[in-house]
Amino acid sequence: MMNKVAVILWKDLLTEIRSKEMVFSMLVFSLMVAVIFNFSFPPGSDFIQDAAPGILWMTFIFASLLGMNRTFVYEVDKGCMQGLMLAPIDRIVIYISKLLVNFIFITLVELIALPLFGIFFKLDVLTSPGQLALVMLVSTLGFTIIGTLFSAIAVNTKTREVMLPILHFPVSIPVIICAVQATTAIFQEQAWSVVWGWTKIVIFFDVIFFIVAFWTFEFILEE
Amino acid sequence: MAETNTKNQILSQAGDATGNELPAIRVSNLVKTFGNKFALNRVSFDVKKGEFLTIFGPNGAGKTTLIRILSTISTATSGEITLYGLSPHKHATQIRRQIGVIAHQTFLYDDLTAEENLRFYGRLYSVQGLPAKIEQIITDVGLHLRRRDRVRTFSRGMQQRLSIARAMLHDPALLLLDEPYTGLDQHASEMLSGWLRRLRSANRTTLMVTHDLERGVDLADRIAILTNGKLVFDQKRSQITPDSFRDTYYEFVEKSG
Repeated sequence: MMNKVAVILWKDLLTEIRSKEMVFSMLVFSLMVAVIFNFSFPPGSDFIQDAAPGILWMTFIFASLLGMNRTFVYEVDKGCMQGLMLAPIDRIVIYISKLLVNFIFITLVELIALPLFGIFFKLDVLTSPGQLALVMLVSTLGFTIIGTLFSAIAVNTKTREVMLPILHFPVSIPVIICAVQATTAIFQEQAWSVVWGWTKIVIFFDVIFFIVAFWTFEFILEE
Repeated sequence: MAETNTKNQILSQAGDATGNELPAIRVSNLVKTFGNKFALNRVSFDVKKGEFLTIFGPNGAGKTTLIRILSTISTATSGEITLYGLSPHKHATQIRRQIGVIAHQTFLYDDLTAEENLRFYGRLYSVQGLPAKIEQIITDVGLHLRRRDRVRTFSRGMQQRLSIARAMLHDPALLLLDEPYTGLDQHASEMLSGWLRRLRSANRTTLMVTHDLERGVDLADRIAILTNGKLVFDQKRSQITPDSFRDTYYEFVEKSG
């Protein structure tokens, strides 16, 4: 199964490297938000210190929605989804490969955008790099798991650009809240137990979301 | 090896308990509904191994729905289907190995080269000896010199030729064709017909759905008409002339409203 995942992943990485549609749009959006907030609020102020984790995660989530919206659009617009569905592979292989490609690209954008946020907002983003990396990985995985599933639903609707955020936000609220709280704890140099407390909840939702995606994806694809 | 085993398994199931050869496709009382609307309404037919059946029908007759169900992409509301004696519902992966689909959409990625597209599909189907097979098939469809060019630079006719290569790469026993002539110019259509004749002479089972009367009749061993989700006509090609079939077809289409 994993070698088929790798085949689709290779194809998606190659097409994205050539088209640059997904990463470019996510990156430009993230940088624009950072610049706008930098002009709107004085860098280094108490307000920006308090609001930075929230701004950071909302930026990443909005940017990821731009990217995840493209996940299945490319396949459906070119009729390639049918080609994938005709292949002798389990439907879940398609889901896992799309999840991985989304996760890779969103993480890449976060890695580029995070230091720039640090510079613009005068934040020390490297206070606890290990803790921040863990929180970012599990939180990104959480909203990517659910976003990839919902993008498969949204792609077959007339208002697919609007549909994904409408479906995504209500479900991903627990992950967003916990990610913001954990990041705040890291930036405020609180104890590891506080960070881990929020991170555990994100991991719990990651597992739940993946189980739901595993059981429903085949049905979503066929109907 | 895995593919050979699957093929042997399918061939070993090609006869029933009494020793009679099973048809390649058997469809009994197939029904597909979308809400209250019947896309397919009690459709029944068999296709023998090696036979070329063309099903004609106007837009909205249920042709594409039929192909989607046969190719395991969609499921029927009720009724039975077997492909080489296997149920698509229970043996979807096994059956998919034996199906090649050519449609008006090519299933090709614009940003990959011709060779990369074939390599991608070849790996999905676990095709043995893939590099040599790609080399052979890309030469057969006349795209050897353009094999390293991206598909977005290809004409519609070239894309459809590459689509044939994609569908044939895993050497399927059954070909399903869904309006394969749509959008092709005269030259590309002639080339596609030539290819389909070659595939037909290789004793491959083929089911084509189309509203292109001329080309569909020319290639078929058997012709049928589907209107409003019902199979209303089914006859051997040798029993009807193209002109009389044309009259029959329009009669049924007019009746269907």
